[in-house]
Amino acid sequence: MVEIRWHSRAGQGAVTGAKGLGSVVATTGKQVQAYALYGSAKRGAAMNAYNRIDDEPITNQETKMFPDFVFVIDPALAFSDDITKNDKPGTQYIITTHLSKEDLISQIPALQDKADRVYVVDCMQISLDTIGRAMPNTPILGAFMKVSKMYTLDFFLDNMKKVLAKFPQKIIDANMEAITRAYNEVK
Amino acid sequence: MAKEFELNEVEVWDGNYAASQALRQAQIDVVAAYPITPSTPIVENYGAYIANGYVDGEFVMVESEHGAMSGCVGASAAGGRVATATSSQGFALMTEVLYQASGMRLPIVLTVVNRALASPLNVRGDHSDMYLGRDSGWIQIDAYDAQEAYDLALCAFRIGEHLDVRLPVMMHQDGFTTSHKAQNVYPLKDEVAYKFVGDYVPVNDMLDFSRPVTHGAQTEEDWHYEHKAKQHKALMDSRSVIDEVFADFKALTGREYKRVESYMMEDAEVALVLLGSSVETAVLAAKQLREEEGIKVGIVSPRCFRPFPYDLIRETLDTSSLKVVSCLDKSAPGGAMGALFNEVSAAAYTTQARPMMTNYIYGLGGRDFAVDEAKRIMREQKAHADAGHITTPIQQFSGLRGPKLGFFETRRS
Repeated sequence: MVEIRWHSRAGQGAVTGAKGLGSVVATTGKQVQAYALYGSAKRGAAMNAYNRIDDEPITNQETKMFPDFVFVIDPALAFSDDITKNDKPGTQYIITTHLSKEDLISQIPALQDKADRVYVVDCMQISLDTIGRAMPNTPILGAFMKVSKMYTLDFFLDNMKKVLAKFPQKIIDANMEAITRAYNEVK
Repeated sequence: MAKEFELNEVEVWDGNYAASQALRQAQIDVVAAYPITPSTPIVENYGAYIANGYVDGEFVMVESEHGAMSGCVGASAAGGRVATATSSQGFALMTEVLYQASGMRLPIVLTVVNRALASPLNVRGDHSDMYLGRDSGWIQIDAYDAQEAYDLALCAFRIGEHLDVRLPVMMHQDGFTTSHKAQNVYPLKDEVAYKFVGDYVPVNDMLDFSRPVTHGAQTEEDWHYEHKAKQHKALMDSRSVIDEVFADFKALTGREYKRVESYMMEDAEVALVLLGSSVETAVLAAKQLREEEGIKVGIVSPRCFRPFPYDLIRETLDTSSLKVVSCLDKSAPGGAMGALFNEVSAAAYTTQARPMMTNYIYGLGGRDFAVDEAKRIMREQKAHADAGHITTPIQQFSGLRGPKLGFFETRRS
């Protein structure tokens, strides 16, 4: 079982991102869950989304998890959210930030003993450059592919295209570029 | 002619989307609906299917849930296949008309996304609305995840519209936990799904002008009682039709449903009885506890909440190994023991085993039901089994902050 917790703001596409990841993973014969805790959350409110991935059908309907990966897709939430909640010895963190990894970690005490498990990528700048607005949900998945080695970049891009098929070609292309850049730039 | 919707062998759908796809595939004549969280996407998706040519029927936007169910009653009496969706306060507003629908024997399908009832206002999932419907004369079937929401929505039409049944059917799923959680769903092709549901066969339809009929007539003490008794008998007798439809569904898809689902009950010393998505979490907890601590736990769930499967609950609980049964109710009991506790206890009382019975209230307003908490409850029941009597208050609250809350001590030692 691989468990992922997203830290996001409502409106940044974490639910869409979690469902997109689930859709890609499900095409490979695995079982997935993608869900969120939002309810009455208004745009901009801090929220969590979640993924579970397993070879067997997933019957755990508990919301809480001990994540293997934590995605922080809003830079400020790395400082204001409890991003290391329910941390395990192997939990890996992928955080969107314009800071270097060293600068980021030096400002967040909870990450200081986890430096070898922290990865940074500027999904905000990447999405502004490619998609034209701050939409960090798809680039974070590119970074995740690099860190987790779950699938090759090409395989992931091909399948993400199918997930995004309802959008205009221009938006699909921009997302592909964003994913590729995040894959290459995550440190 | 409605367009075919292209579906993959495996889709990643949440419970709402799954239910809306089943409604689309059933080719309903009239949907009258008023959206409410968390079932809004069912209505929203259905509206999109209509707008994009995937449905031939009518979609009636009404001014309230009372109007929605009234529209459904009218359309169903007129002679069409009818369905809608609701939750919580909307369900409560529908309640008056729910009794009309069942009394008039109209096979309307209502997909309910379970949500707490105010006050305090809460949009999350508990079973308050499902429990509110339990005396309304509807068949109530409960889905535990998105796949089941899809499967059982299809089954709901077959069951309710069966000529030996002709009763409205609620198909329940848990708000957010199921309705908003995407997972692998294996849908049927449109043609296969429709063939399973079958063509709608009208009975006493008002639009048959060659044979005028009256629906919803007034009867006082002369006939009311006989009508209600017949209605009750129809509900009780629907049990065999439900079994039949589930058997047909298994033959088609390989996915098996039973009026009472039970897991690991063969040698269980302790059983938990519960409803909804928590069943899946409890099964996981029971498997882990068996492995980790050797406590023999089984799980029982009335998939069919109405008609209450008194027969199968009794059969499932009548084992020589069973010592303690704990019923978990996800609805505020309002000054009583939980409804599941009361109903399961009544069935268990007639068994040879006569297990000790305990009650937990849990998960109100969407409080998370944790694997660890399920295990704690199971261990507590094991302690009763070892002691030979109930060592805690009979009714307790699970996952509640603040001081422990419990009521009634056992009088048996």
